[in-house]
Amino acid sequence: MIPVEYYIILSAILFAIGVAGVLIRRNALIIFMSIELMLNAANLAFVAFSSTLKSFSGQVFVFFVIAVAAAEVAVGLALIVEIFKTKHSIDVDQMSSLKG
Amino acid sequence: MEFLLQPLTLLTFFPLLGVLVILFINAEAKNIIRWVALVTSLLTFGISLWVLAMFDASNVNLQLVARYDWITIAGWNIQYFLGIDGLSILLVLLTAFLTPISILSTWTAIEERVKDFMIFFLLLEVGMMGVFLAQDLFLFYIFWEFTLVPMYFLIGIWGGPRRIYAAIKFFLYTMAGSILMLLAILWLGIYGGTFSVPDLVALGNIPANIQWWLFLAFTAAFAIKVPMWPLHSWLPDAHVEAPTAGSVILAGVLLKMGTYGFVRFNLPLFPEAAVRAAPWIALFATIGILYGAMVSYAQKDVKKLVAYSSVSHLGFVMLGLFAMNPQGIAGAILQMINHGLSTGALFLLVGMIYEQTHTREIKVYGGLWKITPVFGSIMLIVSLSSMGLPGLNGFVGEFTILLGAFGSQAIGNTAYAIASALGVIMAAVYILYMFQKMFLGPQGEIVDEVKKHGHGLRDLNWREIVTVVPILIFIFWIGLYPKPFFALMAPAVEHLVGMLPIP
Amino acid sequence: MHFSETVNTGFFFLAPWLVFAPVIGLLINIIFGGRFSEKVIGTIASLASGASFVVSVLLAWSLAAGHGEAVTVPFLEWIHIGSLELDWAFRVDSLSTTMMLVVSGVGTLIHIYAIGYMHEDVRFKGDPGRFRRFFVFLNLFIAMMMILVSGDSYLMLFVGWEGVGLCSFLLIGFWYDMDTLGRPSWANSNAAKKAFVTNRVGDFGFLIAAFIMFWAFRSFQFDEVFEAAHAVAPGVIVAITLFMLVGVAGKSAQIPLYVWLPDAMAGPTPVSALIHAATMVTAGVYLITRSAELYTLVPQAQYIVAMTGAITALFAATIAVGQYDIKKVLAYSTISQLGFMVAAVGMGAFVAGMFHLVTHAFFKALLFLSAGSVILGLERGHHHAEHAHHDDHSKGKKGKKTEHREEHHEVFDPGDMRNMGGLRKTMPVTFWLYMIGTLALAGIVPFAGFWSKDEILLDAKLHYPAVYVLLSIAAFFTAFYMGRQVWMVFFGEPRHEAAAHAEESKPIITAPLMVLAALSLLGGALNLPFEGFHQLGHWLEYTLREVEALPLNLQVAGISTLLALFAIFLSWLIYGRNPLKAGQSDPLKKPLGFLFTGMENKWFVDEGYYAVIINPFKKLSYFLADVVDWRFWHDWFHETVIAGTYNWLSNTALNLYADQKGIDAFANWLGTATQSLSATLRKVQNGFVRSYALSVLLGVVLILGYLIVK
Repeated sequence: MIPVEYYIILSAILFAIGVAGVLIRRNALIIFMSIELMLNAANLAFVAFSSTLKSFSGQVFVFFVIAVAAAEVAVGLALIVEIFKTKHSIDVDQMSSLKG
Repeated sequence: MEFLLQPLTLLTFFPLLGVLVILFINAEAKNIIRWVALVTSLLTFGISLWVLAMFDASNVNLQLVARYDWITIAGWNIQYFLGIDGLSILLVLLTAFLTPISILSTWTAIEERVKDFMIFFLLLEVGMMGVFLAQDLFLFYIFWEFTLVPMYFLIGIWGGPRRIYAAIKFFLYTMAGSILMLLAILWLGIYGGTFSVPDLVALGNIPANIQWWLFLAFTAAFAIKVPMWPLHSWLPDAHVEAPTAGSVILAGVLLKMGTYGFVRFNLPLFPEAAVRAAPWIALFATIGILYGAMVSYAQKDVKKLVAYSSVSHLGFVMLGLFAMNPQGIAGAILQMINHGLSTGALFLLVGMIYEQTHTREIKVYGGLWKITPVFGSIMLIVSLSSMGLPGLNGFVGEFTILLGAFGSQAIGNTAYAIASALGVIMAAVYILYMFQKMFLGPQGEIVDEVKKHGHGLRDLNWREIVTVVPILIFIFWIGLYPKPFFALMAPAVEHLVGMLPIP
Repeated sequence: MHFSETVNTGFFFLAPWLVFAPVIGLLINIIFGGRFSEKVIGTIASLASGASFVVSVLLAWSLAAGHGEAVTVPFLEWIHIGSLELDWAFRVDSLSTTMMLVVSGVGTLIHIYAIGYMHEDVRFKGDPGRFRRFFVFLNLFIAMMMILVSGDSYLMLFVGWEGVGLCSFLLIGFWYDMDTLGRPSWANSNAAKKAFVTNRVGDFGFLIAAFIMFWAFRSFQFDEVFEAAHAVAPGVIVAITLFMLVGVAGKSAQIPLYVWLPDAMAGPTPVSALIHAATMVTAGVYLITRSAELYTLVPQAQYIVAMTGAITALFAATIAVGQYDIKKVLAYSTISQLGFMVAAVGMGAFVAGMFHLVTHAFFKALLFLSAGSVILGLERGHHHAEHAHHDDHSKGKKGKKTEHREEHHEVFDPGDMRNMGGLRKTMPVTFWLYMIGTLALAGIVPFAGFWSKDEILLDAKLHYPAVYVLLSIAAFFTAFYMGRQVWMVFFGEPRHEAAAHAEESKPIITAPLMVLAALSLLGGALNLPFEGFHQLGHWLEYTLREVEALPLNLQVAGISTLLALFAIFLSWLIYGRNPLKAGQSDPLKKPLGFLFTGMENKWFVDEGYYAVIINPFKKLSYFLADVVDWRFWHDWFHETVIAGTYNWLSNTALNLYADQKGIDAFANWLGTATQSLSATLRKVQNGFVRSYALSVLLGVVLILGYLIVK
């Protein structure tokens, strides 16, 4: 049996990659994918703890997260499509109209 | 239907019917509107005579009562409560009598917005009737405030050059006093659990110090309306600016609402306080009599002269009321009627000459008796009535008031009556001054002035004679045979006097 | 004195017609008079007044038949309220019928005279339309006077009292648009107003007396008052009687309220004769006589009344000496004679007072009416003279009428005695009538005035020596000024063209005068001071209870006659021997100096009243009206203080300070503060998603770091 620490380390690495993706990349789609990566990193951690602690709540949370992520993707992709229609770009640095 | 057919309800609200009819008439059909208003007011007068026929003077209680619960939520017991007794019947008749006369006087004087004018005038009649008939304090207060609105517009729309100023002053002044009265009314309503005047009078155990404050609150409202010196400052403005018919009603009826308020509310509701206040009221009344007379004499504007003479005359009324003996109070009530007739007629006559000359300045007149003999003779009779010549109405009132005041235990000092009797001399001074400067002496400049612009001064026409002759009839009737008038009120007055704790 | 309430016998039921006959007369003239000719109008009015006289006679007859027992005829319930029960009832007793007879008798004669007089007067004054009005007023006067004398209570007396005051006002101001010379002016209407207001001052006294009376006796009715009078404190009676004296002073022209009567001569002459000599002005004397039972209770009040009368008698007589207007002389003479009457009734000599009242009514009416005849004569003469001139003019160049009129309105005063002289020849009838009146007034045997004046003097001598002295001097002056007047008017040479052309009056004017002259001659027979006579005294005794019937006292009569004759002689020395020339000033002017100036100017009493009462009253009125009421109370207090305070509160205090500089300013500060804060903060918002994400990361790191460190 693989000790739980391994899963946690993997999950942390995945999360760090996701964070870096969000912070570094300018393509909105990539950022999106990075966010998904982070979410799944969290899922991995949930599942790992769930099996270790013999509790189903972790798995229940994972389902929630998957559902929320799906919804988020739906809304997020729609926004991105709309933005692309008006700006002909999905570079997030060009989307600064909220600048104070 | 039963509700509407009660005589007093009908009397109060009948003019609304006329208003309703007028609303549906084209504003350009001035004559039809005038006739509708006149007929309505005459029918109202007819109803008042019907009420008189049913009235039993020997009964001191309220009669022809119409009484319904009205607002009874949250422990409030406000009623629709109309009733008439010897204290109010004459004033009701006076109101119904003067309204058609005033309407008739506007026949050619009011040419603009006749429709609005007549509507306001009839609404005013509703308000005045309500004031004299309401026996529930709350209902009374509503009518009391309601009269302000049409009068405000009558002055404000059809008045003279400073009409807006005068109308606002009139409104605010009266409101200021009424607010205090409203507080007192609310206190009474909460204290007694009812707003009905007879019930409150029967209850009658208000502590003396509270009585005093309530008395003062009511006095504030009524004294302004009367107006008692020194609260008279709104009167000359309102009278000078008001159209003739407005002045007639203002002097004839609206001022009486104040004095009536004293008789109806202040005396029976707060008897101890009233007795305590009597010397003070007498003092102010006496000052008012002399002050009004002297100030009148110095006026250059004839309407102002008559307005200040009202201050003097109503001083007599107040003196009589607070003499608190039958002579004083009965004289005062009769004097209210007399003042309504005489001063009303004076305003009518002044209005008639003003219509021709467009000036009220006394000094431009002179020698009018020669040019307009009928007008001059009528003016003479009315003037004499106003200055209290025996055989005419003014004397009967003034004499009984002074007699009552002289022997009054409540006032307790003959000095007030003696000083007030000096007012009789001064009345001769200012009335004769006016009569002389306008009607006697050499021809005034206005005569030629008018001639330049047309046919010159004319004497009264038939409509004008018809307008004043009814008043003249009462001037003589009350002067020569006042018995029926005293008979109407005597039992009620004596009953009222019996309730007062005179020392 | 008890009397029967119901009237069964005699003509007493006719009593209301005393008043209603003239009222009907005036109503007919008001309503239909426009269509009648002058004669018809005058006849109706005279008949109305005559009917009143007939009723008076019938009442007197019934009274005499009933042995003088007073009768009350109830008529109308007037004011009934509380304890006040006031009725209009007619009281027929010997005193009231005496007055009724005098009033309606003299009144009717004057009505007849006025038909002739006013016919001419309205034409000289240029307004014939007023003929009718005159008779309406005259009838109204008779009615009011009848109410006065026939009233059963003090209040009904007061009704008539004020009523005659009104008529006096209307008739003095009859020519209200001109002065006595017919020029447009305020003079006549001022005189009328003065009379009314002065009378009102007197009425004030009467009213106060009535109030005291009511609360002391609970009645105004004569008998009830007299009955109760004995039971109250004398102080009350003194107050009543003295306040009543104020009323008497007003109506009967006594000091200090006599000033209206001379001015009242602005009225047409019949008015002066009827109202201001014979009847109305004697109402005060009647009132005191009526109240005899009150006055006799309080000698101190009686003394004051007597002295008032006596001083007035002398004072007015001195003024009469200095007057030039024929009617003014008679006016002051009237005041003086009224002083005699008031003094008499004040002394308790009620019969003497009433006797003098009656004879005075005869001879003073005669004098006034004759003076009217003289004035008319002069007017006619003036008219003629003008016509003569006019004719001369039109012969030369056809002069226009209007021009001529203007000349003629200039200065001529037909009442000025300096314009007269020598009228004895041109107006003989009037002259003889005037002589009779003069001798009666001067108190020469056997004219009526002698008997009545003598009775007063005799009473005064017995009870009040001071009054006797004053009255005797007054009597001397009386004879003197009448002598002066007769010499100036009727003797000597005419001093003006008008006097030279004067014409005698028509019979309708002179006929009533003859009746009055006969009465002046024989009036003394009413109450001759001999045993078995004293008719008037006996007649009045029914009403006045105790009447002192004094026999003739030769000493008093002799002294007074000698004084009068001496005065007439003196006046002849001054005015008769060397008649006045045109333009010459009065021969007394130089020797008497300032005394005569005083008499001429009525001792400056009018001026004094102006200075002390009228002008201060006016000033106070203007001060109150303009300064106190308007500028202080209306403008300053209401506009500045109340409205101003309100405006200040709403505009400055609340709007500017509390609202704009307080609440508003705070709200605005809140806004600007937020703005500047956000201006700094907005720099954080660079719009890059990555920087936001970084800040989220930093936040997470911080929170985690905190959790770990903790």
